[in-house]
Amino acid sequence: MDDKTKKNSKSIQDKLATIKYNCDNKSHITINQNKCSKCKEKVCTFICPANVYKFDETANEVVAQYENCLECGACRISCPKQAIDWHFPASGCGIILKNS
Amino acid sequence: MDILYNADIIVVGAGPAGISAAISAVRLGKKVVLIDRAKYPGSKNMYGGAVYSEALKQIFDEKTLETLPYERIINSNTWSFLNDTGSFDLTYNNSSSKSAYAIKRFNFERWMIDQAKKEGVYYVPNTLVVDLLDDNGYVVGVQTELEKYYSRVVILADGVNSFLAGKLGLRKEFVPKDMILSVKETFKLDKKTIEERFRLKSDLSNGVAKMYFGGLKEVKNIFMMTYFYTFKDTLMLGVGVSLEDLKRNRLNINEVLDEIKEHPDIKALIKDAYPVEYSAHLIPETGYKKMPKLTANGVIIAGDAAGFINSVHFEGTNFALISGKLAGETAASINDFDYSGWNLSQYRKKLEKTFIMKDLYSYRNIIENLSKRSGSLSYYYPKKIKEFFEIITSANCISKSSQIRKFSFSFLRDRNITELLKDITTFIKCGIDIFFGK
Repeated sequence: MDDKTKKNSKSIQDKLATIKYNCDNKSHITINQNKCSKCKEKVCTFICPANVYKFDETANEVVAQYENCLECGACRISCPKQAIDWHFPASGCGIILKNS
Repeated sequence: MDILYNADIIVVGAGPAGISAAISAVRLGKKVVLIDRAKYPGSKNMYGGAVYSEALKQIFDEKTLETLPYERIINSNTWSFLNDTGSFDLTYNNSSSKSAYAIKRFNFERWMIDQAKKEGVYYVPNTLVVDLLDDNGYVVGVQTELEKYYSRVVILADGVNSFLAGKLGLRKEFVPKDMILSVKETFKLDKKTIEERFRLKSDLSNGVAKMYFGGLKEVKNIFMMTYFYTFKDTLMLGVGVSLEDLKRNRLNINEVLDEIKEHPDIKALIKDAYPVEYSAHLIPETGYKKMPKLTANGVIIAGDAAGFINSVHFEGTNFALISGKLAGETAASINDFDYSGWNLSQYRKKLEKTFIMKDLYSYRNIIENLSKRSGSLSYYYPKKIKEFFEIITSANCISKSSQIRKFSFSFLRDRNITELLKDITTFIKCGIDIFFGK
């Protein structure tokens, strides 16, 4: 991870700390790893405003920290392989915005 | 199949479009169920920062509107071109204007739902609709996580991602070019400091909105806009960037937000304020050309789900409120039990008589055209504006004529001449589209 990415990742973490969530114990994001393994661009790993997606080098797969999701939907649309099955979190779960 | 209907109309999504649709339908004597996935009204919703009063007036009477929980009236608008060290601003003030309100969505949707409930809408929060129910090619209700609800018409006001319209095949699959991604930070700052800093009255009768172009040092070819609103004791700062540009530049939008916050002009806005919330949302740019099919058997689409916005002028809530109203009225005014897409398509005809379809048509090419010239808009012209004002403000002991001549010719020398011609034709094209629009 380069310095710029590290700095941004820290900045996102700080911002996420201001948000309230009602977390589901089940992920609302399903990733098709077969498609990911053929993907060079890995757009999800930089496009998400909450940095939900990371590429795990050792496991050789994309992991989603769904608890941080801001529910915008950018990942699903920008994935070049249509590998992300992103849906709304279950009823009442996910982000709770009070000041937006 | 003999269906036992739970309601005449089910509305999916309790944003401005959905609630407006529900209220409009219930007023025509229909039984309306409004289903929303959020636990609390408005808690999934995010926007630039303004709700427009003309649209509200078309739905609520004056007495009801007096209870609107707004935080400030927005009646000072600034358009600003940011360069590396400063800015060029145009500000329009109208202290008597009451055309836009800064309201937090958590308060706005709750207020609207309160009105809807008073008028007889049955509001079901905390409930995610996962699918639509089909009977012989007609949508006859919704499947939630727990149960089935049947109705004669379903109004889809489920927001920009519009999964349900996608499932019905009413729209094409989205691509990054169809969307602007926006992130926003809300900052807390005490009311008095906000009023001193922005020269506002303490009775909340005025507030400012600012739109910024440019301001990035490193990335020069992305289409972006920065927006800022004053609320009662909070400030909202957000950026919007084309999803396509983010993807192409392998850029995270939070980097854009953080960089813009380093600009001296922006820094001054949010000085001493501390962040209290961070949010993200997509803005549909599908517009007129990629509009979904607005009606099908038993279904109508309204608001963001139909791509009804005008991002050039930061208008969205008005499109949502009015399209919702027309969707609700159309669904409720069908008396012959013919809920075919053909019969419901009166909705589109009604929309065509309003600013919604007219503006969508007139602005159908604008964002696409402007984003092709994003380098010019966000980088080159802010730089040229700086050069021009340096000439007329710096009293640098060089003759003005020679400087202005040099400045004028620089437009031909700075870049390949084709760039300038492309800019000119783009601006003319945009002008023609609007002037000869609907």
